[in-house]
Amino acid sequence: MLIKKAADILSSEITPKSLYLNRRKFLAGTALAGAAVVAAGVGLRELASPSEVAEANAKIDGVQKSPFSTTETITPYKDVTNYNNYYEFSTDKYGPADLAKNFKTLPWTVTIDGHVKKKQVLDVDTIIKMAAPEERIYRHRCVEGWSIVVPWVGFSLNELIKRADPLPKAKFVEFTTLFDVRQMPGQRSSVLQWPYTEGLRMDEAMHPLALLCFGMYGEVLPNQDGAPLRMVIPWKYGFKSIKGIVRIRFVDSQPLNTWNISAPSEYGFYSNVNPSVDHPRWSQASERRLGEFRKRPTLMFNGYDQVASLYSGMDLKKNF
Amino acid sequence: MVKWFKPLVFLACLGPLARLGWKAYAGLLGANPIEVITHSTGDWILIFLLITLAITPLRKLTGQLWLIRYRRMFGLFAFFYACLHFTTYIWLDKFFNMHEIWADVLKRRFITVGFTGFVLLIPLALTSTQGWIRRLGGKRWQLLHRLIYLSAIAGVIHYWWLVKADVSKPAQYAFVLSLLLGYRVVAWLLRRNKERKAASAMIPRTPVAEA
Repeated sequence: MLIKKAADILSSEITPKSLYLNRRKFLAGTALAGAAVVAAGVGLRELASPSEVAEANAKIDGVQKSPFSTTETITPYKDVTNYNNYYEFSTDKYGPADLAKNFKTLPWTVTIDGHVKKKQVLDVDTIIKMAAPEERIYRHRCVEGWSIVVPWVGFSLNELIKRADPLPKAKFVEFTTLFDVRQMPGQRSSVLQWPYTEGLRMDEAMHPLALLCFGMYGEVLPNQDGAPLRMVIPWKYGFKSIKGIVRIRFVDSQPLNTWNISAPSEYGFYSNVNPSVDHPRWSQASERRLGEFRKRPTLMFNGYDQVASLYSGMDLKKNF
Repeated sequence: MVKWFKPLVFLACLGPLARLGWKAYAGLLGANPIEVITHSTGDWILIFLLITLAITPLRKLTGQLWLIRYRRMFGLFAFFYACLHFTTYIWLDKFFNMHEIWADVLKRRFITVGFTGFVLLIPLALTSTQGWIRRLGGKRWQLLHRLIYLSAIAGVIHYWWLVKADVSKPAQYAFVLSLLLGYRVVAWLLRRNKERKAASAMIPRTPVAEA
């Protein structure tokens, strides 16, 4: 398999525009830095260092509010950034925050292929600029029985799909996470089949709630939360919301998803939040919202009733 | 052994609880404190069960006979952490909803097996006193207390069945437990062999062809 060769220099050394703009802002803020440094062009990286930290916390400008947002209490940032299921880094939830610290999200390209008019490899920055960023405060329910409320930043996946222009025979969308053992130590273990893949039926993918996400809490996504690009599908269990996306493929048949491969009787393709369909090993009737003492009842489709019509006539016990 | 050693070990056994208490007080239990409490108490049950089961092999292999005096304490600490673990479940997870708890115990095999492991420890804790050893008689007492084998097996299975995909930690417990139980099987086989030999040695040889 020819996945990737270590790049000698090339694109990784090219400062992406967003970062460049952030640095300019940084420089403007400190004014004293002076034009000489800018002109020299070198030393910028040093100035802005530690670059990872600055990068991860970079504000996203022009974020619009969304009518899809809930008014429920937002889960503290430190919980959402320290309690992560991201098996590419570790199966320990408290592992990814540290293990993903030096994860390289730049350069980052996303391959868009399969049944589309034009197959292409896009820089993640190009994708992010496709549409205006919105803040979507969503409930997020993990299949394990805990939940959080997160102010994500992104736009509807359908914005990208429309631009990708899929062919009529494209019935599903398949997403793939980066496979890079050197950067993602969890991929050394065979606990799941790598790379992680996920999928949506085309009408699910086109639903405006399905969010293509690149930020949260008004800032660029932290690495442990799926930077630089992830999905957020609020009416489905968290594992459907794939992180670190490098490929979006349009296909004609239902794609396999990683957890379904791992345990087909426990994790289905649809994995809609459903309090009346138990996980074979535990109940899904209630959940613990992080930060709350009592458990709260889990809502059908995680409270996003507007998606119900996507599944009318389907037996959701069978299509769990 | 020095007199103050046993109280010291006792205090050390309370260490995991003290650590949890401190972390809870200092707000260091992370995003999901109840999960941490559940998992931590669960881990310590298994650790104490394994320590308890290690006493006999260690004693036999090293000849350090005094070790036996710590076995009951370790066993009771396993039960102590099991009580904490169980309380966490019925209180912080189920909020004493008996209907739900019962449904869980019957329906969810990892809870069924974990619950079984816990219940098996109760008679052992109750009969752990000198008085009960006397009342039951050494042989019967020993037979009853072999339930700890089943309880430990149930505990490891409980852990194995609850993890989503990464079985590495339950596998570690399973490995140590199989060594400890394996030792007993081998010891039993050797003993039986010896007894047989001894028995056959006692039968007088029939004289060959005394014609």
